[in-house]
Amino acid sequence: MKTTIHLGGALLLVLLSWQAIAWLGGWNEALFPTPSQTVYGFAEIIADGVLLKDIGTSLYRFLLGYTSSVLLAMALGLVLGWYHNIWAFLNPIAQVLRPISPVAWLPFIVLVFGIGDMPSLVIIFLAAFFPVLLSTVAAVRGIEPVYLKVAQNFGIGQPQLLTKIIFPAIFPRIATGLHLALGTAWVFLVAGEMVGTQSGLGFLIIDARNNLRADLLMTAIITIGVLGLLLDSSITLLEKRIYRRWGIPERSNA
Amino acid sequence: MSYIDIQDVSRNYQKKDQSFRALDHVNLKIDRGEFICLLGPSGCGKSTLLNILAGFDKVSAGTITIGGAPVEKPTVKNVTIFQNYGLLPWRTVEKNVELGLESLSIPAEKRQQIAHKYLDLVGLKDFAQSHPAELSGGMQQRVAIARALAVDPEIIFMDEPFAALDALTRMNLQDEISAINRSQHKTIIFVTHDIDEAVVLADRIVIMTPNPGRIKTIIPVDLHGPRDRTSPDFLRIRDHVFAEFSLKPEDKTEYYI
Ligand SMILES: Nc1ncnc2c1ncn2[C@@H]1O[C@H](COP(=O)(O)OP(=O)(O)OP(=O)(O)O)[C@@H](O)[C@H]1O
Ligand SMILES: [Mg+2]
Repeated sequence: MKTTIHLGGALLLVLLSWQAIAWLGGWNEALFPTPSQTVYGFAEIIADGVLLKDIGTSLYRFLLGYTSSVLLAMALGLVLGWYHNIWAFLNPIAQVLRPISPVAWLPFIVLVFGIGDMPSLVIIFLAAFFPVLLSTVAAVRGIEPVYLKVAQNFGIGQPQLLTKIIFPAIFPRIATGLHLALGTAWVFLVAGEMVGTQSGLGFLIIDARNNLRADLLMTAIITIGVLGLLLDSSITLLEKRIYRRWGIPERSNA
Repeated sequence: MSYIDIQDVSRNYQKKDQSFRALDHVNLKIDRGEFICLLGPSGCGKSTLLNILAGFDKVSAGTITIGGAPVEKPTVKNVTIFQNYGLLPWRTVEKNVELGLESLSIPAEKRQQIAHKYLDLVGLKDFAQSHPAELSGGMQQRVAIARALAVDPEIIFMDEPFAALDALTRMNLQDEISAINRSQHKTIIFVTHDIDEAVVLADRIVIMTPNPGRIKTIIPVDLHGPRDRTSPDFLRIRDHVFAEFSLKPEDKTEYYI
């Protein structure tokens, strides 16, 4: 109930200030839409199916890019966290690559992968990869040595060591990385879709701009924000389920 | 040949291009079923010796055999109980106790039965479904004891297992582990730097000194059955140990003898 009030209040605040900015700015309506125009814009692209199709395309790319990135980063992180010697060589490389915005690679990505779904997939992949890789490596190295001693004592070898000890021990710390990566990857989805594709929410933004449809531009922006929020909540839910499934007390090792 | 035979064992550690001798020519023979306390000040190599016996660490020189076989790596036949309990926080108490049984390919139903038996023994059967974080330190260490006993080991190694507990809890657990030693016929090697604890528990107290880590003396504790911490015999042995650490004037020891 309280959240409903908060949400309603926030929505009202946004609508009022938006309307106020539109009035005060006095810009051409094709450049800056009012809330009501945007509602019509929403209705229009929902009705002709464009919005739903773009959402589907973007979510598909996002889930594919994010999932493959996260799985690979976790697997690699496990191996590299375990064998510090290799990590010692790769760590400087990762540290240099990490702060580069994935978008910077776009020309090369297009060169190598061509246009279509691939560039945005690769960008999402890159955006999610490093947070997860680094948090996995740190988590593996931070495992309480006593857990490994206990495992050794009780004759727990691979692959049980991984499933019974290592994964549950590192999960709370990896979860932070997964969360962080989700946000970053979603941000770069739009950037990835602005080039080389004719579909998706990023393309919707470019297309609206080129056609001077500020209402559709705003529609796309709002959709991206709301979807980002929904994705974030669903990963929180998933996290909770994994915690419960593995019996990990939440935040104990975090 | 003794059950556990420690022959001329030394252990060097490399500390900043300098070799440091944590254990120096240690000799000790231990019989099956004995309760041995390794007692001594910080840094005298108690943990080092225990880790080597348990197979977590290696000797630099000398040999150790248990039941005639050289110690190579940790085995489920000899379980170590750690000061910080080593419970897996993501498992319930019951599942923690079952941990060692899982690798012994014991069916799930039987595992649970065994877990409950030992949780009952340490007085925690009502907490089977709790997670370790919900238990007090003393209860967590009881779970670790139940987990060790569940795999029916021959030796239990304990490294200052009660050091983090309050005095009363500690005394209760001392009585329990003492009873377990007698009823379950386990050989127990117990590291402590608490003199009273050693006298309450040990059949023999192995007194160690640091720099380099050596065995100074071995004091047999000829008390039988449950020990009364206030009996004259108890106090006599306690004074003997104090005297070994030069914490007590010699003549006062004479008084009790
Ligand atoms: N892995 C190691 N590397 C280097 N030095 C070590 C290592 N383990 C132990 N030592 C050194 O060996 C000596 C004996 O250590 P040990 O842990 O066995 O002492 P302890 O008797 O258990 O002391 P405490 O009562 O403080 O636990 C110490 O000086 C310690 O610094
Ligand atoms: Mg120690």
